[in-house]
Amino acid sequence: MSTRVTIDPGPETGYNFAYLDEQTKRMIRRAILKGIAIPGYQVPFASREMPMPYGWGTGGVQLTASILGQDDVLKVIDQGSDDTTNAVSIRKFFERTAGVRTTTHTRESTIIQTRHRIPEESLKEGQVIVYQVPIPEPLRFLEPRETETRKLHALAEYGLMHVKLYEDIARHGHIATTYAYPVEVAGRYIMDPSPTPKFDNPKMHRMAALQLFGAGREKRIYAVPPYTDVKSLDFEDHPFRIQTFKEPCALCGATGVYLDEVIMDDRGGRMFVCSDSDFCEGRRADGHHGAMLADAPAALTGDNDHA
Amino acid sequence: MHEIPDAPLLSVSGLTKYYGERIGCTDVSFNLYEGEVLAVVGESGSGKSTLLSLLSTELEASAGSIRYRMRDGIVRDLASLSEAERRLLLRTDWGFVRQDSTQGLRMSVSAGGNIGERLMSVGARHYGNIRDKALDWLDRVEIDQSRIDDIPKAFSGGMRQRLQIARNLVTHPRLVFMDEPTSGLDVSVQARLLDLIRGLVSEFGLAVIIVTHDLAVARLLSHRMMVMKGGRVIEAGLTDRVLDDPHQPYTQLLVSSVLAA
Repeated sequence: MSTRVTIDPGPETGYNFAYLDEQTKRMIRRAILKGIAIPGYQVPFASREMPMPYGWGTGGVQLTASILGQDDVLKVIDQGSDDTTNAVSIRKFFERTAGVRTTTHTRESTIIQTRHRIPEESLKEGQVIVYQVPIPEPLRFLEPRETETRKLHALAEYGLMHVKLYEDIARHGHIATTYAYPVEVAGRYIMDPSPTPKFDNPKMHRMAALQLFGAGREKRIYAVPPYTDVKSLDFEDHPFRIQTFKEPCALCGATGVYLDEVIMDDRGGRMFVCSDSDFCEGRRADGHHGAMLADAPAALTGDNDHA
Repeated sequence: MHEIPDAPLLSVSGLTKYYGERIGCTDVSFNLYEGEVLAVVGESGSGKSTLLSLLSTELEASAGSIRYRMRDGIVRDLASLSEAERRLLLRTDWGFVRQDSTQGLRMSVSAGGNIGERLMSVGARHYGNIRDKALDWLDRVEIDQSRIDDIPKAFSGGMRQRLQIARNLVTHPRLVFMDEPTSGLDVSVQARLLDLIRGLVSEFGLAVIIVTHDLAVARLLSHRMMVMKGGRVIEAGLTDRVLDDPHQPYTQLLVSSVLAA
């Protein structure tokens, strides 16, 4: 039934299913339920030490561990890709501590843990996307006092957030914030959508899947329930815009997707390829091809196995 | 000219603050009307700053009441306001110009952003309009419009104080608190700032409570003054009367210790 052949001999013994003990999972699930009940509100939780350093997704891993069931199929993305270090190690972690099926295909997965991207393919009802969040507080860099930011959230005093956008326009002529772009959730709380590029912000609006956010070091969980309004902040005369790219993906020819720039040599050679590696591979399998597919190195086309 | 209504804008009675056993200030009562400037003078430790913190609801009083006539004409006891109402009042109908400009300004935000913050906090969402207002206010407080994108760190002491005034007045408050706004500025800069404040007070019919230890500032700006000592108001009256004919020995000492007040 497995979508991939697991190279490990099987799940580790001596651990509870998905590493965390059941009491901890219950505590985290309660925080998740509260987060879903108050969309965009940061719920404090008793974040545990995980066997990985802070900044590597300890919050996301705890969320995933708490909602993971035997029948779930897990996909892990790091910067859009399934085969970068963070994604590979977290996927292995759950293969070994929970023995669940894993996949790289967005469509087959039931839980997607992500760092920095939302898949290009739209998510469906019944799927859950778990974001790894480094700094959950959108007001942090404007107001360093936690007591004060909590008060600002409680009283919905969000003028400060627009001061930041004002400063952007005053200095750069446009809103230069390109990632962690603040959003208003369900007309109430201002939320940091984690360091995803603002390109992905529109995908959060009325998404069919449940969106969960976990910050391990900062000990906060927040959530956006399915089909919730998520609005990117802007000015009337400087409306929110996503990034655009001049060329299509050099491997699969896709347009209207988020592209990564890849430096090819030391003479200025470069190519732009889909950041979502699964989406790109899927398109190539369907026969699409971009301008540089023939002479791209194997490391880029993904011909090597995702170990 | 501005019509002066019968009811006072701010009415303070029996205001008292104890820090444990020590007296911060005790039994302060006065009325303040629109268009009126009240100076609070006294040496350091006399309770001036405590009084200002009580009035601006930064401190909770041990006894006494502060009643304020809101924009809708209803007089309310400030202690009965919810926190949300109190904070709204602070950033719309009131202003606070601080002695230390680093406390009254956002030092890493441009001059335009500093002025625009209050507008954005009450819902302004049009960048062009916010910027036009900021330019207009820079002009009014005599800061070159080309400095709109500079941060206050790059401003001189006098410019910072003028920027604080612009930032506070942009929402057309009716009551402004000033805590030693001219201290630490050289004399010519002080004079210009005082001129500016006088002009704005008469233009907008502002009520101002200014705390100062500088009797010359009180003489130039204020209509009435209160002299404080040991947490109590020992003498109050029209500024000229108090300065020219001080009754209390302490006030006489204060007046005579100034070179040319």
